[in-house]
Amino acid sequence: MKVKLKVWRQRNADTPGRFVVYDTPELNPNMSFLEMLDVVNEQLTLQGEEPIAFDHDCREGICGTCSLVINGKPHGPQRGVATCQTYLRSFRDGDEILVEPFRARPFPLVKDLVVGRQAFDRIMTAGGFISVRTGSAPDAHAIPVPKEAAERAMDAAACIGCGACVAVCKNASAMLFVSAKVSQFGLLPQGQPERYRRVAAMVEQMDREGFGACTVTGSCEAVCPKRISLDFIARMNRDYGVALLRGA
Amino acid sequence: MAKLESHIPAGPLAQKWSRHLFESKLVNPANKRKYEVIVVGAGLAGASASATLGELGYRVKTFVYHDSPRRAHSIAAQGGINAAKNYQNDGDSVHRLFYDTIKGGDFRAREANVYRLAEVSAQIIDQCVAQGVPFAREYGGLLDNRSFGGAQVSRTFYARGQTGQQLLLGAYAALCKELAAGSVESFSHTEMLDLVVVDGHAKGVIVRNLLTGEIVRHAADAVVLATGGYGNVFNLSTYARQSNATAIWRAYKRGACFANPCYTQIHPTCIPVSGDYQSKLTLMSESLRNDGRIWVPKDPADRRKDPHAIPESARDYYLERKYPSFGNLAPRDISSRAAKQVCDEGRGVGESGLGVYLDFADAIQRLGVEKVRERYGNLFDIYHEITNEDAYRVPMRIFPAMHYTMGGLWVDYNLMSNLPGLFVLGEANFSDHGANRLGASALMQGLADGYFVLPGTISTYLATVKPDQRPPTTHPAFAEAEEQVRQQIRRLLACRGRRTVQSFHKELGRLLWDHCGMARNEAGLKQALERIPALREEYAQNVNVPGSDQDLNQSLERAGRVADYFELAELLCRDALERRESCGGHFREEFQYPDGEARRDDEHFAHVAAWEYQGPDRPPLRNVEPLVYAEVKMATRSYK
Ligand SMILES: Cc1cc2nc3c(=O)[nH]c(=O)nc-3n(C[C@H](O)[C@H](O)[C@H](O)COP(=O)(O)OP(=O)(O)OC[C@H]3O[C@@H](n4cnc5c(N)ncnc54)[C@H](O)[C@@H]3O)c2cc1C
Ligand code: FES
Repeated sequence: MKVKLKVWRQRNADTPGRFVVYDTPELNPNMSFLEMLDVVNEQLTLQGEEPIAFDHDCREGICGTCSLVINGKPHGPQRGVATCQTYLRSFRDGDEILVEPFRARPFPLVKDLVVGRQAFDRIMTAGGFISVRTGSAPDAHAIPVPKEAAERAMDAAACIGCGACVAVCKNASAMLFVSAKVSQFGLLPQGQPERYRRVAAMVEQMDREGFGACTVTGSCEAVCPKRISLDFIARMNRDYGVALLRGA
Repeated sequence: MAKLESHIPAGPLAQKWSRHLFESKLVNPANKRKYEVIVVGAGLAGASASATLGELGYRVKTFVYHDSPRRAHSIAAQGGINAAKNYQNDGDSVHRLFYDTIKGGDFRAREANVYRLAEVSAQIIDQCVAQGVPFAREYGGLLDNRSFGGAQVSRTFYARGQTGQQLLLGAYAALCKELAAGSVESFSHTEMLDLVVVDGHAKGVIVRNLLTGEIVRHAADAVVLATGGYGNVFNLSTYARQSNATAIWRAYKRGACFANPCYTQIHPTCIPVSGDYQSKLTLMSESLRNDGRIWVPKDPADRRKDPHAIPESARDYYLERKYPSFGNLAPRDISSRAAKQVCDEGRGVGESGLGVYLDFADAIQRLGVEKVRERYGNLFDIYHEITNEDAYRVPMRIFPAMHYTMGGLWVDYNLMSNLPGLFVLGEANFSDHGANRLGASALMQGLADGYFVLPGTISTYLATVKPDQRPPTTHPAFAEAEEQVRQQIRRLLACRGRRTVQSFHKELGRLLWDHCGMARNEAGLKQALERIPALREEYAQNVNVPGSDQDLNQSLERAGRVADYFELAELLCRDALERRESCGGHFREEFQYPDGEARRDDEHFAHVAAWEYQGPDRPPLRNVEPLVYAEVKMATRSYK
């Protein structure tokens, strides 16, 4: 199969960008989307052009490095997978495919398809942890944790921090990301002592970074490669409400 | 010649670590703030070390080439982490974990290090649970365990198929806590390109900001490398694409010894290669071997048949046949080699003939589809995504792939290299796994090194240096190192040849896989040692690196790393050639028993080979650290 790619190229944040069209060579439908970009980049390099910059690392859907908006959807057409787990099988021979970066004000463009997501690190630094010093922990069995709570916490903890939720949201809201972390800790006994302080600090930092408000359209849940549930946003809102009442 | 003093404390094995901690020099709290420590890497080892050193009061700078510390390769570990908790009451103990690890490593690791690893393993789990790591639990609320290759007890803790992710996010959260406290400063998108050595001590690094191209000098009282393994020298591997050897390689070229480079691990259960475009190989967690049965047809003529059409009697469950007591749970090196053997015999399955079946039909019958889905659902999903096949209905096809490196920079018991002030943690060092690593032990080692070992040992070094004598970045050693870095970048960009970096990397990887992969022999290694320098020469003349050094340039990043792979590949082959025995992941065809099992040579090779760089024009020196076994008896490693 072959496809036509319309790729966003932009030197840096200060230079205007544009779409550039590339006709791919013959491709194998078992190739991943990123392997296709590798092939195109090899070709560009040989033609003396600069290859397309894009983010990736693990290529198995766990590190959260890959991004890309493919035909208008963060992480492409398939539900519940990241761009690196998108295979050409999901496209047809001759398709024209639009490839853009994750666009959101708090994610400044770096180059071509690469954006900066350090805002997430700053939100985590504001409170996304349990304050426990190394070596001071009690025996792991000292506090039993109901299986349901552990499983639910794991559902939330599965977030890979890719930012697709922000990229798809018309308000560039980071609520799904933040609520996943807040809920993971909020569901576990170990997270209780700092529960309200944590949510207040993280939400405050989220606002400071310029992420928008949540209007519960659910588009974030729909594109999340780990299918993080909107329920966590509701959960976080409740915790945040309590935090405000308590003046945390 | 480098001085290789292991500094293993005296006394009985079980008391060495606690005694050592007691006897270590301490730095008083008010002085700790004056010490600066550079940590390169924020995988399990680097993030846990940075966080803990920060807690202790040191001033820490942490560097990663990733856009965030949370993205390190550790995130991809699936199966689990070992710890001698004996929560299952199945006879586990510190001593058993120690013994399994020593034996698993084919008696090529230091007793004292491995014992310490087993000893601190239990604390790791306590620490992680307290951090909110959502490990799998039983209905009673206690932690669940599974068993893993090379062990007959259930001591592996896990968080679904995402254990590495959860442990890393735990360590990253600990790091965030210290970032918030101001004790740690984090530099993302920043790649270390050289180590600065002043008067024989590691005193700083040269880094490049990958977004702006800016090259910056950083000085410190000690430098910690926690930069992961070097398996991507093979190009195709289960590593993340960006994982690379540059940090340890450049440290090697500054005088740090590189130990046992030929101890590389090939993982038996990966998805087979499907085409030339392939960029990486995907691991199917070893935990699948708990319930899946591995087989190939007995008759090569059956290899293209629908597997359902091959009756039980015509199948060869070769691991169960050859290793009845461990069966499908035989260690990785043994399972990988057995797979290679049956494929060499023409019995491999799939398009290329390079594959074996991992079959769940029996497990599904015994446990029901739901139970199998609960245990392995996400792995079956990954398999489906990649191959478009449904493993609930047809057996998976798997094949060995490059996965982990036991070799790495040489360190003493304190995790300090032969260069004073340079500490090496996690997969980047050579310390604990001997010639083969057991499943679920890398995560254990990374966190042991970072949370517990380094924080206990670094003070002994720091107490000997005065923070007000830290060399400034204007010292000539910094200027010289910076100039080297700049020169290399200029050379790569100026070359404008006709081949891409990737095409060279592919060719090198293929060469290594063929001659220094699952089975090695003298003729093949010699051939590789002739071809690698020629290819390296062509690389220098004919590589094409587009773009500039003033902004994000992924081709340039890659080009520097591949340049290092060429040199490392040569050392790997050299080490494999010199080690005239088979042990663990290093299998020399000349040294095997008639039944094809590895033949170790304890008389001549019960030692660590630590290579010392001698400059570009002279071959490296092979230093030797003898391995002394006082507690365990070196035995032929049998899993039969
Ligand atoms: C697919 C897969 C599954 C695995 N599953 C398991 C498992 O179930 N159990 C188990 O025990 N082990 C497992 N392993 C092995 C284990 O994951 C690794 O050995 C371990 O995570 C390595 O951790 P680390 O901290 O040493 O290095 P890494 O996690 O590789 O981290 C390296 C860090 O160094 C940084 N870095 C490197 N070079 C530079 C440089 N020059 N400049 C700046 N920064 C640099 C990187 O940015 C990164 O932060 C698995 C491995 C793979 C590939
Ligand atoms: S590259 Fe890691 S999630 Fe896609």
